[in-house]
Amino acid sequence: MFAEKPLPVKRAVNAEFWRAVGDSAPVMLGVLPFGITYGVVGVSLGLTPAEAILMSLVVCAGAAQFISVTMIGMGVVDFSLIVFTTLLINLRHLLMGASLAPYLTKVPLGRQAVLAFVLVDESYAIMINRIRARGYDESYQLGTNTALYVTWATSTILGVAMGEYIPDPLAWGLDFAMPATFLAMLVPRLVSRTSVAVCLTAAVIAVASALYLPGKWYIIVACLAASLAGGLLEGGGEDAA
Amino acid sequence: MRPDMVLIILGMGVVTFFTRFGAQALFRQVGVPTWFDRWLRHVPTGILTALIVPSVLMPQGRLDLTLHNDYLLAGLLSALIAYRFRNVALTMALGLAAVIALRWLGN
Repeated sequence: MFAEKPLPVKRAVNAEFWRAVGDSAPVMLGVLPFGITYGVVGVSLGLTPAEAILMSLVVCAGAAQFISVTMIGMGVVDFSLIVFTTLLINLRHLLMGASLAPYLTKVPLGRQAVLAFVLVDESYAIMINRIRARGYDESYQLGTNTALYVTWATSTILGVAMGEYIPDPLAWGLDFAMPATFLAMLVPRLVSRTSVAVCLTAAVIAVASALYLPGKWYIIVACLAASLAGGLLEGGGEDAA
Repeated sequence: MRPDMVLIILGMGVVTFFTRFGAQALFRQVGVPTWFDRWLRHVPTGILTALIVPSVLMPQGRLDLTLHNDYLLAGLLSALIAYRFRNVALTMALGLAAVIALRWLGN
């Protein structure tokens, strides 16, 4: 299954790779305060520094990590409960993976699996923005993934090391870097009546379900409803965003 | 590192990887049906919107449509900048500057 040759490093780390790293910079700035906060919170809630860092390296999923360390902090050290909660929080990635799947059919399975390891909200946003503008590129996805993975790991280590010496990094408003960046990626997609309808549906349902549903379910519910509406509105299929 | 904690972390890693690769592996085997592809095309717009709107309209977890919501004001400004200039880095930089300025003025 993994018999294919890996892409030689020299060919993988090309101009597109570095271009992706550059394009990821705005989002990296948004990830940084979250990673630092996770490191600080993780250790203060009872993880050892090595455990907090290992979780960022192995799981690499912000929301799920925050929630599981909160559970551990409350004394819930239960394998099945934490793992199941993690699964539920991360189910939205199934939608992102499905949406990227048609572009990765030519990428060998093993390499597709490696790329999937860092399929997070931020890398997905950067990748679909690139696909919309200039099409899919494997080195570009590798570049984005590497940039975000290194940022998440480094900021966790920073948070663990600095501990409670630093004031709450999220209080500065740095977390706004993420929605601002995503907005810049959303606006160019709103080119047709269908895509505007999809956006409005997602907006209303996301807010309504974020008020009443736990965790990240609002993303799944809003995305399912909005894309269903888009598919139905489109009918003919020539008006896709 | 405690063995039970390492086990939990590995378990979290396995299920998270499943959510990231599961759908891709499935579609690799069976292909993407046309009707489903028409639907999938709207997933990016749906997810981007679902990531942005609650974080801007309800930064504290409850709906805040007042002028005291810095994220709402900066979000509107960012949307205008995004529309006018079509530049990700510029939108992020000015949007972030707006939030920091609003916070500084508010305190």
